[in-house]
Amino acid sequence: MSLDVARIQADFPILTETRNGNRLVYLDSASSAQKPVSVMAAMDELMTHSYANVHRGVYAIAEEATARFEAARRSVATFIGAGDTAELVFTRNATEAINLVAYSWGRANLHAGDVVVLTEMEHHANIVPWHMLAAEIGIELRWIPIDDEYRLDLSSLGQLLDGAALLAVTAMSNVLGTVNDIPPLVAAARAAGAAVLVDASQAAPHMSIDVQAWGADFVAITAHKMLGPSGIGALWARRELLEAMPPFLGGGEMIRDVRKDGFTTNELPWKFEAGTPAITEAVGWGAAIDYLEALGMDAVHEHEQALTSYALAALADRFGDGLTVYGPRSVDLRGGVISFLFPEIHAHDVSQVLDEEGICVRAGHHCAKPLMKVLQIPATSRASLYVYNNEADVDALVEGLSKAEKFFSI
Amino acid sequence: MDDLYRDYILEHYRRPHNFGVIDEPTASFEGSNPLCGDRITVQLGITDGVVERVGFTGRGCAISQASASLLTDEIKGKPVADVAALRADDLLDLLGIDISPARLKCAMLSHETLQKALAETDAASATPAPEGSPA
Repeated sequence: MSLDVARIQADFPILTETRNGNRLVYLDSASSAQKPVSVMAAMDELMTHSYANVHRGVYAIAEEATARFEAARRSVATFIGAGDTAELVFTRNATEAINLVAYSWGRANLHAGDVVVLTEMEHHANIVPWHMLAAEIGIELRWIPIDDEYRLDLSSLGQLLDGAALLAVTAMSNVLGTVNDIPPLVAAARAAGAAVLVDASQAAPHMSIDVQAWGADFVAITAHKMLGPSGIGALWARRELLEAMPPFLGGGEMIRDVRKDGFTTNELPWKFEAGTPAITEAVGWGAAIDYLEALGMDAVHEHEQALTSYALAALADRFGDGLTVYGPRSVDLRGGVISFLFPEIHAHDVSQVLDEEGICVRAGHHCAKPLMKVLQIPATSRASLYVYNNEADVDALVEGLSKAEKFFSI
Repeated sequence: MDDLYRDYILEHYRRPHNFGVIDEPTASFEGSNPLCGDRITVQLGITDGVVERVGFTGRGCAISQASASLLTDEIKGKPVADVAALRADDLLDLLGIDISPARLKCAMLSHETLQKALAETDAASATPAPEGSPA
């Protein structure tokens, strides 16, 4: 493997702690990743020495804070292949980024009967905003199904996109690990005259992404899954779309002028950033990106592919058909999110046993209830891998699962 | 782990009491756990203000299944008023284990569903529904 995991683990204080006498094995990064010391230090340093509101004061620390905040925006933009920082709007998270699109672009451009195409593997964040718009203005939702290998079934893509105004698709499933090939989907949507929104929350932390190469119109990302703090995310969108869109939230920062009889909006990207933003969190996100770039996103991806391979083989070796893994078998089609279920043991019980061993996995519907319905299960357990995980973590998971299997056997 | 999954809890999970449908229920309600999507259905056969028969169906984790098993045992043969007065804490006492906040919804699923089944009965006889459980 191309990453020095022991060295990386030393950068994450929480991973050196023990629970119930066990080393902490953190396998829930798909939910939220742990934070390296450098992220905490950058946030601490800003608050200790340079904290002030941004884009307002003319004193020195206000200028420092503004410079650090905007430098973080440049880091995020560069990280995802955006050419222009005006196209990078800070939000609270990816959920808010998608809601911004639904609320602003959707309300201005969609009308009763217009079609938004989703997929069966979307997170609730890329479903509910469209349900809300359907309830409000009567848009129609269509769903790209999944096939037996847990990939998108594109056999009816032309029909589904026929007459569609928007395709909203995840770049990587947070349940199945499936990585979707975005450029062909964008090409098909373009041919049908539809705009494209990509939910890259799950993909961006784990592989090099390039929003311009994708050719999408909107891309949503979040900091907390990529070693950064919670409370900040971003929407990338093409400039001409952002310029034409009405503002989302109103208040300070997003205005150029306010009078008794109205207001005019600020330039991009601040037009969509009402109120004091997450200043410290932006700086922390910048530090997280510095950390990932120092590792190299190709190396990160290679490490996770190798570890995912190892994990899938280890689970199959130990449990065979006794454990169902929901996701593509080939690592070429997937990332390091592994959902699994013992047919006779509930996901919550498995997670509880693992917790006793200091192993953190997610149990539940993973904010993807429509997908759970397609899979005909209420819940799975999910182990997800990141830069600080290694084969020893996978081995601990397999041992923990053996214990759970024995404990709950009828 | 042994504190949570005591032998009697596992026993109720493996062989739950009152599992299955009952004939001609007078009340029935399907409840779900928002955390994991588990669903159970509780059915009651109430005669002269007494819960004469009770059954539950549905799958869930060991905690929710054991909880439903213990709770249905507890209410069988009891006057409806006593059953309606059962509170979340009473069920926690029945379970006799420390439930973490994360698992409270699992433990309370049967209780919430039972209260809703009772409310359905009350609505049918046009009397006020019992207050919702604090869980």
